[in-house]
Amino acid sequence: MRLLTHNMLASNVKGTTSGFPLRIEVLQKEEREAEFHAEFLVNTLGKIEWDAFVGAARSIGADDGLPNTKPADVSGDEAFLRAFHHALLEVHVQEGYLVCPDSGRRFPITKGIPNMLLNEDEV
Amino acid sequence: ESRRALPRLHASSCRAATPAMSRPELTAPPQEFYNDTEARKYTASSRVIEIQDRLTERAVELLNFPRDGVPRLLLDVGCGSGLSGDRLTELGHEWIGTDISKSMLEVAQEREVEGGLIHYDMGHGCPFRPGVFDGAISISAVQWLCNADNSAHEPRRRLKAFFTQLYRCLRRGAKAVLQFYPDGAKQAEMITTAALRVGFSGGLVVDYPNSTRAKKYFLVLAAGPPETLPTPRSGDGTEIDADYDKGEVRVDGRSGGSNKRLKKGNGKHARTVFVGSKRHPEGKGVAWIKKKKEQARNRGKDTARDSKYTGRKRKERI
Repeated sequence: MRLLTHNMLASNVKGTTSGFPLRIEVLQKEEREAEFHAEFLVNTLGKIEWDAFVGAARSIGADDGLPNTKPADVSGDEAFLRAFHHALLEVHVQEGYLVCPDSGRRFPITKGIPNMLLNEDEV
Repeated sequence: ESRRALPRLHASSCRAATPAMSRPELTAPPQEFYNDTEARKYTASSRVIEIQDRLTERAVELLNFPRDGVPRLLLDVGCGSGLSGDRLTELGHEWIGTDISKSMLEVAQEREVEGGLIHYDMGHGCPFRPGVFDGAISISAVQWLCNADNSAHEPRRRLKAFFTQLYRCLRRGAKAVLQFYPDGAKQAEMITTAALRVGFSGGLVVDYPNSTRAKKYFLVLAAGPPETLPTPRSGDGTEIDADYDKGEVRVDGRSGGSNKRLKKGNGKHARTVFVGSKRHPEGKGVAWIKKKKEQARNRGKDTARDSKYTGRKRKERI
């Protein structure tokens, strides 16, 4: 699971007011190189919830070079884009858990795939 | 593996030839049907790959993004082993996929697909925060929502949950293109109305409707009107045949006024505007226009009432 995915994920268990962001518990992670597309990064930055992103990056040890607040104009900022690219796309949580901030419900991550399946009483 | 001939499959379908297997939906729930063996068999079939490729390309075409080379973030519902996702990656997009079959997702992981994978049941909704996707596709998946595998899986409830949350996780104006295999007209209608009921606009696009083999159903939906207007044309416009100075185009608006200005100049008649097409160069006629308005009224759209002005030829305006 990459942080791009994590930043979009929310728990929608019945009765949850805020299922975002899910806290990450890493048991095993992997780094994999990904192609760098500056335009994609600039466009994606707009939809990233920044606090959640930095918090998640910190919890998996990938927050090097990430500022605490979302920078405004990043088109020319190569250093930032590289740091953003790395944290967003190149670190994969292979084993661990995602924990709902509201209910504490734990969603396991196995082989890099978060299991968000709900029980029938949670729908 | 022995070199036996592959079973003959329909050109348009990835279904097996035997009647019992023609609809996997009748055999078992998807996570049981697409177990480890079936997941690998499905993914290894070159016919399946070809079909999924084509369907994915068509779905992305129907999403109709501007041709600006900007990668979008897409949701792939029922992404399976990532065959459609691979095509999305090739077309330059980022994607996150959901699927109910662990086996299929694990095959996707082994194939090292570029997209994010999430184990989830689409009948329970979409586990994302609001407005994050630029678009969504689904290839050969949403008909599974109509299965009632046990008493809790009531299809209408699942369809509603799915479409409601799909709408929410798309950004305003974003489109969803869902290719599916309905078991009949009733099922196609059930799925379509479930989508429209939650606020999506759009409808069913049926490719090759007259061919039983090639016919394909795409539910093309928009989550509201687009957020941004289309980009206006740039340049100095000299190539446009406006001819404002020659008085051929009326500039005084609809306030009534006389035709005197139009009849001056080089004596050409004012150009009139038709609802035209290649087959009806002079316009499709008042009857056609009235029929279309009636259809729109039936769909609950705001439609101007019919009057003596309906379908009347108008003067060209700016």
